[in-house]
Amino acid sequence: METTPRPGSPGSPPPSPPAPLRALTLTVNGQPHPVAVEPRRVLLDVLRRDLGLTGTKEVCEMGNCGACTVLLDDEAVYSCLVLAVECEGQAIGTVEGLARGQELSVVQEAFVACDALQCGFCTPGQILAMEAALRRRPDADEATLTGAVAGNLCRCGAYRNIVAAAHRVAASASGGAA
Amino acid sequence: MDEYDLPTWPPGTDLETAGTGETRREAPAKVTGGAVYSSDLRLPGQLYTAIARSPHPHARVRSIDADRARGLPGVVAVIGGEEGGEGVTWYEESVPLFSPVARFAGDEVAAVAATSLEAARDAVRALHVDYEVLPHVVGIDGAQGPEAPSIHGTPANRTADPKVEERGDVAAALAAAPVVIEHTYRTPTAVHNALETHGSAAWWQPDRLTIWASTQGVTQVARMTAKALGLDQSQVRVITEHVGGGFGAKQVPWKDVAIAALLSRRTGRPVRCAYDRHGENVAAGKRGATRQRVRIGADTDGHLLAIDAELVGDSGAYQTAGEAAALWGPYQGLYHCANVRTSVTYVYTNTGPAVAFRAPGYVEAAFALESAMDELARRVDVDPIELRRRNHTGIDQQQGRPWSSPDSLPLIYDRISALAGWDGRPRPAPPADDGVYRGWGFATSDWLAGKPSPPGYASVELRTDGSAEVVTTVQDIGTGTRTMLAQVAAEELQLPADEVRVTVGDTAAGPPSPTSSGSATTPTMAPAVRAAAADARRQLVEAAARQLDCPAAEVTLDHGKLVAANGDTRTVAEVLEAMSPAAVHGWGQLVEADDSVSVRTFGAAVAEVSVDTGTGEVRVTRVVSVPDCGRVLNPRLVKSQIIGGVTQGIGFALTESQVLDADLGLPVNDSLEEYLVPTVLDICPIEAEPLDRPDTVANQLGVKGIGEPPMIPVAPAIANAVFDAIGIRFHELPLTRRRVLDALAGAGPPGDGVDRRDGSGGGPA
Repeated sequence: METTPRPGSPGSPPPSPPAPLRALTLTVNGQPHPVAVEPRRVLLDVLRRDLGLTGTKEVCEMGNCGACTVLLDDEAVYSCLVLAVECEGQAIGTVEGLARGQELSVVQEAFVACDALQCGFCTPGQILAMEAALRRRPDADEATLTGAVAGNLCRCGAYRNIVAAAHRVAASASGGAA
Repeated sequence: MDEYDLPTWPPGTDLETAGTGETRREAPAKVTGGAVYSSDLRLPGQLYTAIARSPHPHARVRSIDADRARGLPGVVAVIGGEEGGEGVTWYEESVPLFSPVARFAGDEVAAVAATSLEAARDAVRALHVDYEVLPHVVGIDGAQGPEAPSIHGTPANRTADPKVEERGDVAAALAAAPVVIEHTYRTPTAVHNALETHGSAAWWQPDRLTIWASTQGVTQVARMTAKALGLDQSQVRVITEHVGGGFGAKQVPWKDVAIAALLSRRTGRPVRCAYDRHGENVAAGKRGATRQRVRIGADTDGHLLAIDAELVGDSGAYQTAGEAAALWGPYQGLYHCANVRTSVTYVYTNTGPAVAFRAPGYVEAAFALESAMDELARRVDVDPIELRRRNHTGIDQQQGRPWSSPDSLPLIYDRISALAGWDGRPRPAPPADDGVYRGWGFATSDWLAGKPSPPGYASVELRTDGSAEVVTTVQDIGTGTRTMLAQVAAEELQLPADEVRVTVGDTAAGPPSPTSSGSATTPTMAPAVRAAAADARRQLVEAAARQLDCPAAEVTLDHGKLVAANGDTRTVAEVLEAMSPAAVHGWGQLVEADDSVSVRTFGAAVAEVSVDTGTGEVRVTRVVSVPDCGRVLNPRLVKSQIIGGVTQGIGFALTESQVLDADLGLPVNDSLEEYLVPTVLDICPIEAEPLDRPDTVANQLGVKGIGEPPMIPVAPAIANAVFDAIGIRFHELPLTRRRVLDALAGAGPPGDGVDRRDGSGGGPA
């Protein structure tokens, strides 16, 4: 019986030789970072390995889980599905860039206050997905903010508290009246 | 100091810090990206690893040609084949690390270390492995059949002889019982799918092997890795600062640890080896599928007369260490019954190895038993909660000794009835215009653990700045261990919790610690930390007495001050500064458990569901969960554990199932796209209300574990609610739309795992 080997498993087609490195400058959290990368490498990997920004988590490598969510010109994207070479000239935002010193962002503060995390591995992605929704609509309501994290898996099952965090963010966005 | 030498914190004790909802102390690090997981580490000169896995479910590895792989840029080392494991054996069967016979699709056959992950993966692709494909079998039914290939040469592919436990005369009691419920229940293979995959970095230096692991047990990894590699345990240091989820699958080391260690020894460089998501789904543990043939006999008032359960579980291709899936547990212990027989058999299949998954065995068995109890309640026309009350027992019938908290369950029944509004629940209504039916379901649970797992050790150091440092080697896997241990020390030392720092997750920091499994971390470590803090306090008081020139018995600690009977006062800092060294170091331990009682953690859940008879979709609309974890040290964190367990229970009930293609022997949903864990849109309001009743028989603080129990009653409560809604009794999980639609259509084949209230359709075989 024959099966088709998975990519990367023994017996699959041989790799082509690595392409030459490409030099580019990534703007991450407002700072320019010159890097030289293989064109095939995804933004997630360059953020983590080349820039040491390990707050962005690698989980599925195929856009299923949302853990690698970053901001690209204020929009939430899965950084495992974006090539680093495509990101030059765009403003990249990661979880490390949200707080001002010790002062947490509104979304970060809500996650802490509502215990909207357990192991914390999905947390940066959840926060950036919610952050993007908030930047798009500063008066976003709880349902909008919850919908924004519908593509972010949390295996610990902290969802009820993530919803509570969305509620808190919405309340603070509307001046605490929610 | 030993915790049993200290007075208990009796119920009603006026505590200052323990019992409050302190914020999770690592939360700020986790929301800013500052929390460092083992997968985040980058060590100097670190190499990356990719693993070659068998594409066949059963095959002999004839040869591995690595010449081309070795020549690729960046490749530093390739190991594989039986000799590549350097004599290291793995699993309870002690097979070579790279087994010459692959026994599941995903079994490790080789590994490559390279300067980048891309280079390592390229090299795996360039390996040529010659396989002799062997016949395979997946699924426990087929594996026991006469045609099945033998996986380890055991009779009927059993891992061992059936484990049979019997009390009374089950056959006679069943024959005489006026009411008998009999079904075969099935639960699916479920995959933990922690978001951080199994992985570790190893650095083999001349005098020591250091491993940064993603694990639930640093001590366990050190112990088992040392044994596998032929080292002394003291030569292996294991560090785990933060863990991206475990749920049982990380309670033992997996092959990533050994592969990283061997490659580090060979290359002289630190090596990171982590599974990708495919590997995590096929080769990093699972909750094995079960088949449970259950017969319960009762009188016409619903009193149980006999329970007979023939239980078969899927072990996968190998057995792993750690907690066993205790399928017999609920049948033997949950209810008063004089005649009980359980027979448990685990079967090898050509699939990934099973390992503990959140309340292993009990989650599966509770689905069957609690479905049967719900059916019994309806058959004898007794309210489901009243039926449980009638069958309550306060003693461990297997051991013939009392539960540590014999009245937990009746209190839970009272509490959950009131919270849920059970007695006033709406009766199933005729079909609504939209074809959506609603129903309520109830299930109860016990769990054999949640008790101390000795030994646990801790130290507490008091410093002149007024702070205290708690040091234990135990890990915090996201449950809030750091926070609760800080609260316990703060309570004993009369300090604000933020004056207590906690060091965890490093075997070099102190004596061994328990694995975070069996919901044992808090009941083991909180008493140990309390004892350490009490020891430090005792030394502080004695030092103050010397300085104040009075008997120690006349000195009291009062929130940072030491006060003598005559009113003389010193601050803690003054006392410490007059000492040499200017610190106090207290030791505490919990080294033995009380064997005269059986410590259990009980609970119950009520689920409300809606069933869309047009689409077959079951939605859980509300869950009420009342577990008993003894004294609640931190209600915020306990509630997080409860909602997490309930959420995983919803996934187990409705969507989670690893689907295997029997012909190919491959899992077809080995990704987070197709293995369906719940999302934020799949969950509902969850009312999490722990009983909060100190169990001071369990330990002096009255604390028990909470990690696992809340998951146990969720799936049966949901299935019972589905029956309440549409009158169809499912005997197999998950309750997918397909399964529900087939049942509604009445078109299922005989033995489709469905019973219908109106008696139509195929019953179970």
